[in-house]
Amino acid sequence: MSATAETVQDRKAALKGLGTSRKRVEDARFTQGKGNYVDDIKLPDMLFGDFVRSQHAHARVISIDTSAAMALPGVVAVLTAADLEPLNLHWMPTLAGDKQMVLADGKVLFQGQEVAFVIAEDRYIAADAVDLVQVKYEELPVLVDPFKAELPDAPILREDIADAKEGAHGARRHPNHIFTWEQGDKPGTEAILSEAPVVAEEMVYYHRTHPCPMETCGSVASMDKVNGKLTLWGTFQAPHVVRTVASLLSGIAEHNIRVVSPDIGGGFGNKVGVYPGYVCSIVASIVTGKPVKWVEDRMENLSSTAFARDYWMNGKIAATEDGKILGLWCHTTADHGAFDACADPTKYPAGFMNICTGSYDIPTAYLAVDGIYTNKAPGGVAYRCSFRVTEAAYFIERMIEVLAIKLNMDAAELRAKNFIRKEQFPYQSALGWEYDSGDYHTAWNKALEAVGYKELREEQAKQVEEFKAGNTRKLMGIGLCHFTEIVGAGPVKNCDILGMGMFDSCEIRIHPTGSALARLGTISQGQGHATTFAQILATEIGISADDITIEEGDTDTAPYGLGTYGSRSTPVAGAATAMAGRKIRAKAQMIAAYLLEVHDNDIEWEVDRFVVKGAPERFKTMKEIAFASYTQAIPGVEPGLEAVSYYDPPNMTYPFGAYICVMDIDVDTGVSDVRKFYALDDCGTRINPMIIEGQVHGGLTEALAIAMGQEIAYDELGNIKTGTLMDFFIPTSWETPNYQTDFTETPSPHHPIGAKGVGESPNVGGVPAFSNAINDAFRAFGLTHTHMPHDHWRVWKTANKLGLHG
Amino acid sequence: MSKQTITLNVNGSSVSTEAEPRELLIHVLREQLEITGPHIGCETSHCGACTVEIDGMSVKSCTLFAVQAQGKEITTIEGLGDPDKLHVLQEKFKEHHGLQCGYCTPGMITRAHRLLEENPNPTEEDVRFGIAGNLCRCTGYQNIVKAVLAAADELNQSETAA
Repeated sequence: MSATAETVQDRKAALKGLGTSRKRVEDARFTQGKGNYVDDIKLPDMLFGDFVRSQHAHARVISIDTSAAMALPGVVAVLTAADLEPLNLHWMPTLAGDKQMVLADGKVLFQGQEVAFVIAEDRYIAADAVDLVQVKYEELPVLVDPFKAELPDAPILREDIADAKEGAHGARRHPNHIFTWEQGDKPGTEAILSEAPVVAEEMVYYHRTHPCPMETCGSVASMDKVNGKLTLWGTFQAPHVVRTVASLLSGIAEHNIRVVSPDIGGGFGNKVGVYPGYVCSIVASIVTGKPVKWVEDRMENLSSTAFARDYWMNGKIAATEDGKILGLWCHTTADHGAFDACADPTKYPAGFMNICTGSYDIPTAYLAVDGIYTNKAPGGVAYRCSFRVTEAAYFIERMIEVLAIKLNMDAAELRAKNFIRKEQFPYQSALGWEYDSGDYHTAWNKALEAVGYKELREEQAKQVEEFKAGNTRKLMGIGLCHFTEIVGAGPVKNCDILGMGMFDSCEIRIHPTGSALARLGTISQGQGHATTFAQILATEIGISADDITIEEGDTDTAPYGLGTYGSRSTPVAGAATAMAGRKIRAKAQMIAAYLLEVHDNDIEWEVDRFVVKGAPERFKTMKEIAFASYTQAIPGVEPGLEAVSYYDPPNMTYPFGAYICVMDIDVDTGVSDVRKFYALDDCGTRINPMIIEGQVHGGLTEALAIAMGQEIAYDELGNIKTGTLMDFFIPTSWETPNYQTDFTETPSPHHPIGAKGVGESPNVGGVPAFSNAINDAFRAFGLTHTHMPHDHWRVWKTANKLGLHG
Repeated sequence: MSKQTITLNVNGSSVSTEAEPRELLIHVLREQLEITGPHIGCETSHCGACTVEIDGMSVKSCTLFAVQAQGKEITTIEGLGDPDKLHVLQEKFKEHHGLQCGYCTPGMITRAHRLLEENPNPTEEDVRFGIAGNLCRCTGYQNIVKAVLAAADELNQSETAA
């Protein structure tokens, strides 16, 4: 018996399926410099495009003189809005139901806005020509503070829709107002707030930042006029949607457009949107008949494509005196910049901000979000998070801390007291979600134990005494966070982008000799899909992951899907992969039964084969079945072995985690040092533990950046102050700590393999953990809340304001 | 602008090409010589994606005019190993999951290579300091550091054995 058991185990191990820390198949090309990114694409006669951009945040464009630029040898064309207007391409729709100028149409609304597009024979000539384009502006008053947007003297930014009383998301009360989005029970929550024994209130600002992947955005468009086919390579996290948009905008039939996402050098939400550069490269290729490449530089990337966050979240939380939360109220002022280009599902103008009740059983809640136009770059993308989930998690995890201070209670205990209990799942939240599964208390207790929470608090108390006695100038902060995400958008009945339902897909072909090709509607940007999706399939169909090729990103070959962002690849495309695999297995069962000369019901699946029940020596492996499917005439069964699945998820998934950060802070310099960071993640079924850990390390480092210094800041004239890597903080190996990772495993009950997604958890949970550590360090000295980013200067100022510098 | 003929020794081969005096080395490598391993991630010499070795020094090739590299020995990621025999660093980056999107990887490995040439027995702190000129947005560096230390170990062992 034991020999047989071992054999089954060996066969299982040989598959390298679910739960295996399989090494990545992508790495061979990346480690040898053989990745193929958009800027690596070189086509015969390819031209280069470059933008003339506005130096003003708000100005009228009086005139654009392109004559000197056109006179420069090597310049092929200079496009302005006037050239695009006859094609109706001077504006384009945004993903949020707004529209955005492709090239400045009469005015500019943010610094760095695209004004003209120069096309030249090489990138140096294009850059020279950009300098030669003469644009005359008339400066207008600038609006950078969203709280001043509706004052009587506020300049009106969007003259194109100044009189529109209705926007894409309901009534607008002012020309600079985009939408109001309300969720939950307003009167009920207000009644609780007025009667509750304890109410804590705080304004929590999640500052504007940027995903800043190592590779900037870019595209290469090639219009083949002979065959009438447009090919567009680019940095697209959602290539199929780009194809549909390109077809609708250009009028080229969708089957004549091929969109390809080659290797992508990190996305983090930056590459979800459609940018003027993509549109201009397409138009330029159509106009010139030659391939046209556009790749933005880092300054253009930081100042024009896809900011994230910028939410002013005013919160009130009501509780009993012993810390049972009764209600939560939140009003958010959302600074959207000049165009509402948020990448959210259509019905969710503030994304899933209504996950802001977090991990807690809060009976009554109300959320309102007001979207506001300002003279800043458009975007509002989900920077390594599901739509606005990191804002929501930061808000509730700060409010819990603020409430703990008000109650004079330990913040870990307050959390445990209010967690949704295991037996309450599936749990209906006050703001409308059905949490699928969770076991928060187990994760929390494991985390507290792992870091020695009680001892840390004792040490901290001692250190405060020492500080007060003048024996040390350092303080210690303990940053707690228990987050719940909502990812895997999403059910088609309520999730769409530009009308396209947010399903995803997988198509599988088993080759005659028993290896396989699977194509998906998603696209990896570093997540390792070619490795992990093969693992899902290996377990489903019993073919080794090493014998399965995964392809994504080419719309001519891959099935339609909504792409990779919001941690949706595993929850949605991963589910499609499993379901397509099960279709393969169902057909394989019929073939195996025929070959074994038994009834379908008399055989059962075992790792990589169908076995005759009660006669384990009689079996057919998937490899044998595949061969038979191509070589034998099987009555009632079509030849070949292929399957396709389009998966519409019944619900979102709800990964969660418990993070604890211990920070040492030098009060006199404001310099902080992460002593320890413990991250426990529960992402349901774990596909590849090595990749999960890598995702957690990376996401935590992005969280560290955001919490500790990374921001897109503007001055009062709308000048961007952090537009290069000189000012925009990205931690190096020197500032980045080592992280300790851990897990619990609570499978999703509705996902075919129980997986929930993990890539974004560390960003969502990491930011509150780092920020709470800084805030916590000063709690003993009367601090309730200080805004991020917690760079040295701001931390020093916090200490100074508290009178800690003597 | 007039072009000049320059001769570079890239990955062991002497190549001549034409470049304007203002052309950056990274552009000449990528666009003329079709050596696309080194990448462009910024224009301020912060990110290190374009790192190559020139005469035994790590250099950010976006910070150098191609004409300044006239006659010099240049090694890029393409010169470190080949498909039949990867460099130990390439093996260790794979083994320890020291990369995700792969964009910083060529520069990172090229930098790590020089670091180990100069300091064959680095501590974790030495590695963290030594690669601090190369940014990565995906990995949080932890596994990169692990990979470089593992490569140092293996290189030292094979040296001892030899």
